[in-house]
Parts: sequence; C-alpha cells; structure tokens
Amino acid sequence: MGETKTPRRISTFFLAIIAVTLALSIVAIFSGVNAYLDENTGTAYPSLLIGASGLALSAYMLLQTRRRTSQFTIKMQPVNTTLLCQKCGFKNLREFQRGDYIFKEAEECPKCKEKMQINSIYREAEEKE
Amino acid sequence: MVPNVSQLIPTEDNLIGWILQIAWLGFFVVFMFYGQRFQIYVMLREIEGSLRRLKYIKDEGRKDAISTINELGKPKEDPTARVDQFLEYIAISPMNMDPSGIVWKLEHILDVRDTRFEDDVKLMAPEADETQIKNLENTLEATLALNYIYKVVRHFYMLGKKTLSLYVIMQLQMVLPLVMKEAEALSSALKAFTYGQPIGDGAGALVAAKLMQGHEKRKIAKDIVVATVPIEGRKAYVLKAEGPGGNLGKPGEAIKQILEENGGKIATIVVIDAAQKLEGEKPGDVAEGVGVAIGGPGVEQFKAEETILKYKIPVNAVVIKEDIRDAVSPLRKEIFEAANTAINRIKRLILERTKEGDAVIIAGIGNTIGIGQ
Repeated sequence: MGETKTPRRISTFFLAIIAVTLALSIVAIFSGVNAYLDENTGTAYPSLLIGASGLALSAYMLLQTRRRTSQFTIKMQPVNTTLLCQKCGFKNLREFQRGDYIFKEAEECPKCKEKMQINSIYREAEEKE
Repeated sequence: MVPNVSQLIPTEDNLIGWILQIAWLGFFVVFMFYGQRFQIYVMLREIEGSLRRLKYIKDEGRKDAISTINELGKPKEDPTARVDQFLEYIAISPMNMDPSGIVWKLEHILDVRDTRFEDDVKLMAPEADETQIKNLENTLEATLALNYIYKVVRHFYMLGKKTLSLYVIMQLQMVLPLVMKEAEALSSALKAFTYGQPIGDGAGALVAAKLMQGHEKRKIAKDIVVATVPIEGRKAYVLKAEGPGGNLGKPGEAIKQILEENGGKIATIVVIDAAQKLEGEKPGDVAEGVGVAIGGPGVEQFKAEETILKYKIPVNAVVIKEDIRDAVSPLRKEIFEAANTAINRIKRLILERTKEGDAVIIAGIGNTIGIGQ
C-alpha cells in the first residue's frame, strides 16, 4: 500500500512571519519598559499592550503549528447479549462473545436445565442525540 | 494615567513609534497580498489533521482485518500481502451511454465481484466456516472502503498543496466533516464485522427474523430464506437474508420468485428496511409509506419493482430511522426495540389492507450479520 511522505511540519514562510511578529513584540515590550522607567506612560502603555498582544499571537501561532501527537483511539462500546429461557423465562445478561447471534441456542438454563436462546444483542449508546 | 493613543503617532524623537508604524504597514501589505495564502495554509493544516486521523483509522482497520483472518482462518502463510492486494481491488461500473439493460450488466459485475471476494477470503482464511467467511468478507469490504476514502482525501490534499489552489482545498475542507463521519462509521462497522455483531442496517432482517421464528424455512434465492407464517389469519411469506453471517442476499429476486410461484396472487407486499434519519429525528423512529424500500446499488429494487408492476400489487414500506453511524455500528438498543414497533405496524397494515385468507409478502431487508432465523 503506497504511503505518502510525512508532510513538513511548518512552512518557512509561515515561520518567518511568526519570527518577525515575535521580534517586533519583544522590541515593543522592551521600549515599553524603557518608556515606563522614564515615566513616559503615554508611550509605555501602548507599547506594552502591542508587545503583549504580539507575543500572545506569535505564541498561539507557534502552538497551532506544532504537530499534535497521534493519540487517536477507536472506542468500542460495550455490547450485551441477553439469554432467555423459553421454558421458565429466566433471563441472563452478559457481555457479547464472539459467535453469539440473535436466536442462537446457547448454554443451559441454570434453573430448569433447558437450552436458553439468545434473545437480544445490542449496545446502549452513550452519545446524546 | 490613561494612555494617550495620539502619542503612537511618530514624532522625531519617537523611534519605536516609527518602527511600529512601518511594521504595521508591512503587515497590512503582506496580508493584502498573501492573505489568501494564509487562509490556504490554515485549511491545509486542518485537512492534514483529518488526514492523519483517517490514516490511523485505515491502518487500524487493516491490522484488525489481518489479525481476524489469522485468528479465524488459521492460514499457513502470512495473509498481509494478500490483504494489501485486496485493498486495492476495483470494480468498474458498466458503460451507461446506452442505459438499456444496464441493470443486468451491473448485477453481473456485482455477482462476479461477490464471488471473487468470497474466493479470495476462502484462500486467505482456509479454516473459517461459512458464517466467518461472510463476516470476513464484510470486514475486508469495510477496510477497502476506508483505504479508498483515505487515498481520495490524500489525493486532493496533495493536489491542493501542489497547486495551492484555494478552490481545490476549500472544496475538500468543506466536505471533510461528512467524509470523517463516514470513515468513523466504517471504523465502527469494522469492529462489529470482526466480532460478528448485529448492526443497525440489519433492523429489517431482525423484524423478519422475529416473525419467522419457529417456522420452517427454505431457500428461495441466493442467500435468502423464506418462511410461511400465519399472521392475523393471512398467509405471510416472510423473507430475509440468510444469517448469521454478514449477508444481504437478493431480496428482489426472492420477491420475484414468490410472486411467480403464486401466479401474482399476493394481496400486498410490505418491505422493511433501515432508513437514513435526518438530524433531529430520533434513532429507532418507525415510519410508513409506499414503495420498495431496498437500498444498495439498485439492482434488487429494480427487479422487485419490475415484477410488482407486472402483477400490479400494492407495495408498502416500513422504515426504521437511524443515522449512517448507527447503520454500520453494533445494533443500538433503540433500534432493537424499534423492531417490535415495526412488527405492530406491519400487523396493523395487513389487517387494514388485506382480507382474511389473503397471501402477503413481508420482506426484511438489510445485512443480517449476527441475526439468525
């Protein structure tokens, strides 16, 4: 079965954009701190705000581009088999076993020793409609 | 102190302001020219995530199929190569330029395909019994479908990446949620097929099985059994695919046979099948109507309709609603319980539409995996 080459993690162009945003944000924060120390709050606050926003944006972009580890799982929902004794009406519920099928003659009834029959096989769905 | 935004406008001594202004201008220009490209990258990333999930589902399916073949079939050689070859199997539809007679051509192709699948599975799993062979066939078909979905999505992903065409990528991204839903449904189906569990699609077959319980059965068409059951003073020919192996049979052919046997003297036909529910509808809802409710490629529906038309027999449909995931997943409780509701509807329908002593046909359609008779 032909397999594809693993796709590259991130494009250079995209990485460059993140790097530029990051650099600009650091410069803005640096200048904001300087302006604050110089008591020039009119420049300090906007610079810090822009710097912090840029930093958050680039961090978000970096996180987004990180390859997530494949942790997919295929969840099996439990399937139950109900056995019913046709004679005495004894009911037995157990987990599905390979080979079970609806209307199959199954093990003996523990009460009257008659052969029981598989009456139903179903799963109880967890998801809400 | 409240910051004064006007101070962001650069002055001679505000170097940072200048840098920021130029940077924002740069950003503006970059986004103006490359905005679409960013959009493409974001979409490609989304598709890439789904593609990875599809690959995982497909690989798991393949692994499950191989391990089940090894477990049930006890082959002398490793079946991996044969399974991989099977996953690339193709069936070419008949030419439809002159559609006259296409149904029979399609039927032939499907028959050949079924025989070929069965023979291949028998070679892969020599120790498996008839039921297990049918279940393995279903398992491999689900794996084949998953493999195909993966390859088609990968094709459009790579094509989009190569051409950077927004339209190719956008179309794929838009349809992907539905494709993923189908792939996940097939993955559940695979688990059910490997274990031989009844699935939602078998709702119709379950109804028929419940009706024919305790009555003598005979084979009427390929993989179809029929029982003559007295219901409400009528003679009912109840038919379903032969279980408990994963089987659909040829119900159209069976209906035709019964009609021919009775010289068309059938008061009514009731066809029961699982039907795709719409979002918002409850799984297991039962609906009634008219028409031949036989899904699949259409060959069986066509055959039944042809004969029904010949004898002008009223045909009723009883459907059990479920979504695509439920149709191929292990039978859910609501659908199992809906079988009794459907039986009550059938009885009422027969009482209202036929007279005592009449003959009727009740056809339970669907994959009968995990359902005996």
